[in-house]
Order: sequence, then C-alpha cells, then structure tokens
Amino acid sequence: MSLNQLSALEIAARVRAGEIRASEVLEASLAQIRRLDGQPGSLDEKPLEPAEDQKIHAFIRQTEDLARQQAEEVDRKVAAGEDPGMLAGVPVAIKDIFTLKGIETTAASRILSNFKPPYTATPVQKLMDAGALILGKTNLDEFAFGSSSESSAFKPAPNNPWDTSRVPGGSSGGSTASVAAEEVALSLGTDTGGSIRQPAAFCGVVGLKPTYGRVSRYGLMAFSSSLDCPGPIARNVSDTALTLQAMAGLDPHDSTSSTMPVSDYLEALKKGVKGLRIGLSPDYAHLFYPDFETGELGMESIQSEISQAVEHAANVLADLGAEIVENVPLPNTRYSIPTYFVISRVEAASNLHRFDGVKYGYRTPDEVADLQELLRRTRAEGFGSQPKLRILMGMYLSAAGFAENYYQRALKVRAMIRKDFERAFDPQGEFRLDAILTPTTATTAFKRDDFFGNSVRMQYSDQMTVSANHAGLPAMTIPGGLDGNNLPIGIQFIGADFREDLILRAGFAFEQATRDEAWRSVRPAALRQEVE
Amino acid sequence: MKDYEVIIGLETHIQLNTQTKIFCSCKADSWGAAPNTNICPVCSGMPGVLPVLNSEAVHKGSLLAVAMHAEINPVSHFDRKNYFYPDLPKGYQITQFDEPIGKGGYLDLQMPDGGTRRVHIHKLHLEEDAGKTKLDHGLRLVDFNRCGVPLVEMVTEPDLRSGEEAAQYLSQLRQLLRWIGVSEADMERGHLRCDANVSIRERGSQVLNTKTEIKNVNSIDAVRQAINEESKRQIELVESGGKVVSYTLDWDADTGKLSMMRSKETEADYRYFREPDLLPVVLSQEEIARVKAELPELPLERKARFESEYELSAYDAEILTSDRGLSEYFESAASSFGGEAKTVSNWMMNDLSRLMNGLGKTASELVLTPASLAQIIRMVEEGKINAATGKSLLSKVEESGRAPAEIVEAEGLAVIADSDALRAQIEGVLAGATAEVESFRAGKESLLGWFVGQVMRATGGKADPKRTREILLELLK
Repeated sequence: MSLNQLSALEIAARVRAGEIRASEVLEASLAQIRRLDGQPGSLDEKPLEPAEDQKIHAFIRQTEDLARQQAEEVDRKVAAGEDPGMLAGVPVAIKDIFTLKGIETTAASRILSNFKPPYTATPVQKLMDAGALILGKTNLDEFAFGSSSESSAFKPAPNNPWDTSRVPGGSSGGSTASVAAEEVALSLGTDTGGSIRQPAAFCGVVGLKPTYGRVSRYGLMAFSSSLDCPGPIARNVSDTALTLQAMAGLDPHDSTSSTMPVSDYLEALKKGVKGLRIGLSPDYAHLFYPDFETGELGMESIQSEISQAVEHAANVLADLGAEIVENVPLPNTRYSIPTYFVISRVEAASNLHRFDGVKYGYRTPDEVADLQELLRRTRAEGFGSQPKLRILMGMYLSAAGFAENYYQRALKVRAMIRKDFERAFDPQGEFRLDAILTPTTATTAFKRDDFFGNSVRMQYSDQMTVSANHAGLPAMTIPGGLDGNNLPIGIQFIGADFREDLILRAGFAFEQATRDEAWRSVRPAALRQEVE
Repeated sequence: MKDYEVIIGLETHIQLNTQTKIFCSCKADSWGAAPNTNICPVCSGMPGVLPVLNSEAVHKGSLLAVAMHAEINPVSHFDRKNYFYPDLPKGYQITQFDEPIGKGGYLDLQMPDGGTRRVHIHKLHLEEDAGKTKLDHGLRLVDFNRCGVPLVEMVTEPDLRSGEEAAQYLSQLRQLLRWIGVSEADMERGHLRCDANVSIRERGSQVLNTKTEIKNVNSIDAVRQAINEESKRQIELVESGGKVVSYTLDWDADTGKLSMMRSKETEADYRYFREPDLLPVVLSQEEIARVKAELPELPLERKARFESEYELSAYDAEILTSDRGLSEYFESAASSFGGEAKTVSNWMMNDLSRLMNGLGKTASELVLTPASLAQIIRMVEEGKINAATGKSLLSKVEESGRAPAEIVEAEGLAVIADSDALRAQIEGVLAGATAEVESFRAGKESLLGWFVGQVMRATGGKADPKRTREILLELLK
C-alpha cells in the first residue's frame, strides 16, 4: 500500500512513532496529484484534450512549498522528541473558501481571483497546529453556490473519481474528489445545505457537518451565515472523528461558536451501537418537488438502490443491537428546500455586498464615469451567473413589502423544521432517538451538464441534507453501497445538538460490520485505471 | 403673514468612549491618526471575518439609556442595514433596527422661563460607525479608521420648536454624556454629531409637513443658526406660494449657508434583517438593576438638591452642576469646610473659577484639593489670614501642591493678632508720626483711618484690623 492510501490515523501514528517521515507521505501525495489531478482550475477556460478532460481537477491551487515547510517542521519535531500533533504529517486539502494567510483565496470566483488574505481561518489554523500538511486549495461552486461544482469560475471543474464523466457533487466537490482519489487523506469543506454531505456521498467518502457553532466559521467566506458549517471529509469514520477533534471548539473570533466542551470522539467510537435508538422517517423516502404551474408539492421516488442501502444499514445496525424506530414523523422536511431558497439567498445577497472592487479583489479595468459605474461593472464582470441569480433573488425576497411574506415566513418554517427534530430527539418524548438514518441524496452522482443551468432542479439535490442545516444539527454521510453503475451511495445519520459522538458511533459500527461486503472492495474508476 | 411654528427633531450620533471598537480590537479613537492605520480585517470588511461584540459598548449604551429614562430591552438584536458606499467596507452596517437596546425615554429641557420641556426619544440604539471618503484632485480616497467605532444613535420625537431649543437640547445632552462618562462628547472631533429635521406649520395645526434634513452641523452654534436659517427659508417659501420639498441640506459653517445635497423623494430600502453573525444581546434583570444602580445623580436632580440642601441660588446651583467634577468638588469642599456652604460656593464661583479659567483646568484636574480650599476659607473666616491672603493662597497651593497652613507658616502670612507684637508695631508707627499724633489729639479724629493704613503697611497687611483699631485708640488717648 502506498503512503497516500493510508488513513490519517495511521499516517499520524506512524509519523509520530518515527516509522515514516512526513516528507515521505507528502511526496506520495504529490505524486498521486501529479498522476491524477491534471491542470488546476484557471480563469482562462481552454478546450481540453480528452485525456486531460478525464482528470480529477480537484485543485485550484497547490501549496507545495507550504506543505514542504510543514513536513520539515513535523519531521524536526519528531526527531527532537517534541509533540508534532495529532494530525502529524497528514496531507490535507482545503476548500478554497477558507482563508490561508498570504495565499490566494478565491471562493472560485473571478471577483476574488487576486485576493491574498492577511489572516488564516480558524479551522485551517487548527489543522496546521495539529501537524497537518496543507497541499492546496480545492475547487468548488462559485461562493459554494451549487451542488455540482460546475459553477466555479476556475475551469476545468472537478470530476468524480468514480466516473469522470460525472460531477463530484458540490459545492465541496474538489474536496471530496481529492479525498476519494487518494490525493490527500483529509479535506476541509463547508456545508450550508449539504455541500459536504452530498459531494461526499457522490464520491464515496465520509463527510460530517457538525452542529452549528461546534467548529468556528472565522475565515470562512460567508455564503449563508446562519447555516454555514465547516466540517471534515475523510475516507473513513475514524479519520472523520480525528479531524473533528482537531477542529472543534470555542473561538473568541466567532461569537456563534459554542462554549460546550468538546467530546472525545475517537474514544466514543469504541462504544458501539448496542442500545442506541435509531430512527427511520417516511418523510425521507421521497423527494418533494413543486409543480411550477400550480405550486403543488408532488412526490418523486428516490433511487431504489439508495432506499435499499438505507434499509440494509438499518438491518446491520439492528443486528449490532441498535433499536430501530420506524415511522418517525418529520413532516416539515418537505418544506426545507423552499425555506432554504429564501433564507440562504437573503443572507448570500448581503454577504456579497462587500465585493465592490474598492478594497480588494477584482476591479473593472475600464475607465468609469462614477462610483455607481465602478460598482456595476466590477460586479457584472466579477460575479458569475450563480452569485448574480442569488443576489437578485435575495434582494427581492428581503425587500420592504416582500420580506414579511418570504424571509420572515421562511424563518417561521425553519423553526417548525427544528421542532420536528426536537420532538424526535427529546429524551423524555415519544421517540427518544439517538440518531436518524436517512439517504444522503435521492440519486447517485449525475452526469456533467445534467442539471447545470437549472438552478431549481440543482437545488433539490440537497433535499435530504438541508434540514440539518436549518435545525443546526450534526449530520454525517458515510458510504452505504454502490448502485448498478458502480457509483457510491451515501447514507446519512442526523444527531441531536452536539451529539457528533453518537452519529460517529453509529457510522463507525456500520463501517466495521460491513468491512467484508463485496462493494467495499470496488475502487473508484480513476484509481482502477491507475492500477491497470 | 401667518403665525408659524417650527417643528424640529434631532438625530444624534454619540461616539462611546470605549477602549476598542465595537466589533474588533482596534482602538476606538483614531483622532489624528494617518488614514487606514487603525484598521484590521474585521473593521475593514475582509471576507470571512466575523464581528465580536464589545461588552463595554453594551454597558455604556445601557447606562446612557437609563440616563435618558429609557427602558432597557432585556433581549435586543443587531441587524444588517444593507447599502453600497465605499466608506462602508462590508456593504452593510451592523446596527439595531426593531429591537434596540433602549425603548422610549426623554430629556427635560431647561427653558429660559425656568420651566422644563420634555423632549421624547423616539429611538436609542447601538451601531457601528462607517469610514470617511474625500475627494482629492479628482480621486476619491477612503479612510476606514472610523469604521467600527461604537455609536449610540439617538433620535428625538419632533418636540423641539426653535434653533435655540435644539441648541439647549444638545448642550444638555453633551453635559449628560460627560456626566455619566460614556462619551467625550466633543463635537469638533465628531464624538457628538447631529442632523436636524426641520418643518413648519401654522401654529395650532397638528399636521407634520414635509421636512428637510440638515446634515454636517458640528457645533451647537451651527445647529442653532442652521435651523433658524432653514425655518426662515421654509416660511418665506410657503408665504410666497411655494412648497417645501424633501431635501437633504448641507450646512457650511464658514459661510453660514445651507446648500442642497440631494433629493430624498424616494426612501432607500435597506433590507434590514437580523445579523446572523452575532448572538442576541441578553441583559438579565440583575444586570439591568446593576446598571441602574451605577447611574449617578443626574445634573438636574443635583441642581435641585444643591438649592434645597445648601440653600444655594438657582444660578449658583446651575453653575456648580454644569460639570460633574465641579459639583463633586463643591460637595467635598463644603463638607470639609463644615460652615455655611454658601461661603464655599462664593469662593468657587469667583476666585476658584478665575483660577481654573486662567489655567484652563477643570475642577477634577486641580492640584488644589477641596480639603485645601476648605482650609483656606476656614482660615479667612476665623481671621487667621485676611481675605487677600486667602485668595493669593489659592494659586500658591495650586502651583506648589503644599498644604495652605504650611505656606502660611513658612511665609509668615498669618494675621498678627497677638496684642504685644501688634502693640510694639503700632508704637513704632506712632513714634514716627508725631505731627499726626498731635493733630489727632487736637481733635482731628478722622486721622484714625490713616493710622490703620500705616500699621497695615508696616505689617505687610497682616495686622488684625479690629485689634489695631482698639490699640490705636488706647495709645492715642
């Protein structure tokens, strides 16, 4: 097994023990990136040769020099007998929406194409403090606005390592692709409506959206501030637990970060699922989709292989001693996408106000007559179609006279969604759940261009994930099988506030119990070709 | 011409004198600093950064709310006010919209006829300041130093009726802000800024007519002048058949003229919504009670007490409560003196006030302590030193920092009340003035005053006048 294939836990253990050096791990990762990733995303979109078109393209920017320095420092510490940190020598890729001091941070937008932040995001800093090696910044949907990573201004957009004609999902698609392609062991993503979990499911990796406030948002370029959560992406549950351990905790720079003590997540994994109450909900068996003419909510079935994977997971967990509670009502989940549409766009429009070409970032090179023209031209040229759509929609929904019917109403529905979950998790209530098991997505990875351009249909990819954002709850996707096209299926565990430990336990138990199932031995197509 | 009345509402922005800005750790005050030298990623609106609320700003804002008799909101919220302007780096201002820290409130204006007029407060909330822009040789320059400076915005109801009343409101507000220690309230430095909304109506009417807004008035005099100018303009306009149009006006202090800045026909839509990056500001009943307990006696209450407790005139009481430090100086000196407080007041109103003006010091900055002042007054009252010596002691103590009694001792300033010593001095004077002694004895008794003068000259003014007179009469018989 090559070093880039090792789990983060194993790399850190072996580096800390002095068995391997961080610089060796780094070289293995760099070699894998060179083999598979192809050219990084760039603003100059050129037609690609067929072979290049099939590469992963997870990165916008590699930070090889930084990673080398970090590897040297880890190796020096190990040699000197100092503690190199719990992530010593682990290669990590950062979604290019987190700031890293002195290194371009673009949010995959032209408007920030030249922005070098003078500060580092707190979760990135925590990973670095734990000894991680930062290999680069990964591609994403522009400002995280999307579910396929195709809206990035930096082309080529990333591809799915399981089938490079398909999208990796989004918006953290570059991050999940880089982990699935074994280019890095871990990645840092963000999840506003499912942006960690949906691409993790599409790429067959683990992705965790922590409780809102568990991981600091400082240095994360805001999309929808009341929903955004940074979280880890890894190839297995224990690496996810390890990464969360390194990142979680109170941050004096983020007022919304929690004072709750951080659990020992790795220790929790050992406890198994015996006695845990795990719920299944009929409200996650369908996709609710509005008819454009009538506004009536219609139902679409989710892909049958995904339903079967959820059922299978429930059976495995029941065999391990978990109590499966069926028919848990979560009726307001069906309104979660319209609600999200309103809240996220209002906040996004406001968060994008600061990009005006005055202080930093892109400014129109043309002569302008006045300030208004500077703003208009800069924003017209600097933003792609997704930010523009969201600004228009957000401004409309929060305008005087409309806000009451849209924004204020959406906040009320959001509170109702949260109430559904409170009832399910209430320790004195009818259901007393420890976790809820659902599909992560309604379909497996779709083809490039299938939905791109249809913002509404694209948005509905987040139907299964977005409720946890509304409610602020922790939720994790783990691989649950493969469909007939050998595409990964994600299953999701949703937990109560700050009970990441419980969903990690459930996920870990399933992962261990299904270690020998046939689908586990199937590798992403991009890696299979590599072996041949 | 019809009889018009002027309707005025004032919008004030008060810079709180906290150590740091409201949402970051930059210094709050950048007076005199070079542009963009007191900024950080947070106050300059870099992407990804987050605001962290300064609790001192909340505390000072609550204290002001209590001083304005406003009700403190146990849960208040911050909101985003969205608009584009280069001096607003985030593209939105963090302010309080519908659930501000204070609700209601009022300030009682002292009217010239001795009565009071209650000016109601329409809105009192915390917010961050924006930066500044200026044009320089065709370039528009931006300075973010002021971004994030903590402000309280306070808006009155349209309860004021003249430029003079508006000036009186600002003057009392400034006094109050300094009194409770929440702002330096220096208008020239922008610590206290004021916009005035002015409209007119026929006296007796209850309607509110179209108003204009005067901006950029940064002294109390300017507020008075600008409002009077604008109300005169509106009356003349309406009298000549014109109609007041909603405008923003700019006041030029140099020319004393108003100029139109922009039309306010359409109200901007700021698309307010809750600031998701901040938690609600929650103040428990205990915390609110603590703020209330911390509020000192306010100027008007103290003035009334000075009149009743110390039997001061309304005029004296007003002067002595014009500044909190001065009023505390007075009370401390009066208590240390122990005698009639009116005496202390007289000294402070005259001689001490002259000393302070001369040195440009406030009462709290004086080296001369209230106890020393009391000691000097007591020595004069007891006849140990004469009044002139007492007055000269004020500046001697202020300069040297020594105790008054010590200076009197060292410089031999005490009145010569000892009969033997005084008798010897007087005998000396009489011995040198045999002609005058003879004249006196011959019946020219008006010479007594001349003899007293001579004794005073010989003793350097230290002779006790009463004793001198007695001894002179005895020796001249």
